[in-house]
Amino acid sequence: MTGQVITITSGKGGVGKTTTTANLGIALALQGKRVVCIDADIGLRNLDIVLGLENRIVYDIVDVVEGRARLRQAMIKDKRMPELSLIPAAQTRDKTAVSPEQMLAICADLKQEVDFVLVDSPAGIERGFQNAIVGADQVLIVTTPEVSAVRDADRIVGLLEAAEKSPARLIINRIRPSMVKRGDMLSVADVLEILAIQLIGIVPDDEQIIVATNRGQPAALDNRSQSGQAFRNIAARLLGQDVPLMALKDTDGWLQRLGRFVIPRRE
Amino acid sequence: MSFWDQIFRPRSTSSQVAKERLQVVLVHDRVKLSPELLETLKNEIIAVISKHVSIDQEAMEIKLTHGRGYQKLTADIPILGSRDSAAPRRPR
Repeated sequence: MTGQVITITSGKGGVGKTTTTANLGIALALQGKRVVCIDADIGLRNLDIVLGLENRIVYDIVDVVEGRARLRQAMIKDKRMPELSLIPAAQTRDKTAVSPEQMLAICADLKQEVDFVLVDSPAGIERGFQNAIVGADQVLIVTTPEVSAVRDADRIVGLLEAAEKSPARLIINRIRPSMVKRGDMLSVADVLEILAIQLIGIVPDDEQIIVATNRGQPAALDNRSQSGQAFRNIAARLLGQDVPLMALKDTDGWLQRLGRFVIPRRE
Repeated sequence: MSFWDQIFRPRSTSSQVAKERLQVVLVHDRVKLSPELLETLKNEIIAVISKHVSIDQEAMEIKLTHGRGYQKLTADIPILGSRDSAAPRRPR
């Protein structure tokens, strides 16, 4: 049985790739799937801290590539769920420490062991990105409803086509329904019309993500979190389950709405 | 514009502005046509068409636009009058 490699990428930094990878890893493991997350952002290691596994790192991906550790030794098991493990990035090296061929070999090895290999891509379109997509069976592009993130996502769509890694599917992160409603944020329909790729999920902007990251307890572990539910839905869709898009609630209270009514928007 | 038109005039929201700006910028990102190449194209089109038809070269415009799901070059070429037509040309 072979698993599949799913790369999470975006072009632009700071749109939620690492948060998405961590939450999808947790959510797939919650469904009983064996998952390994790879932090491909060498030099800017972060997936470990978002997952709350930063204190348990002994070996990293560069140690594996350079023969100081076996792949199995570098896999940190998540104590919350035995199905999930992490291969951390090296912190003191750069993207050239791993070649695309080495990355491909690691992905091929891991596919024999687990159901899903989730690769957290670094921002940008250079070597780190190329490494992250080389072994991918499918690619998820994360964007936010902002012009810069959407423009970069479009560039990624083009590069993935050129690399024969398409069709990628889109996650629109950090949607603020109240802003969409008053016409101050691109809607899901707007973004889809512009990028013309398939959507796999939408995630509302959620303060709980910051709390979850503070604690190293991804939101997907929290049943009350709306964004956690959104990530669990995406994981279910990856497993072929038919889950409708979540209805996003206008989170503004009556006071904010009254404020907008009384104080008209500037042009 | 009347007072009421001023009040009820539909404003374009910032998300509409964002969408339009993105669509314009992505047309150029996708096609990878440099402004220099666009200028070359324009001059060559002028040369070809001028052989047969008199055109207003100053007012001619060639630009990238988008249709649904595709990019296109749009040329707007005002004609001054056919070369062999007997009608007097419109003065420049």
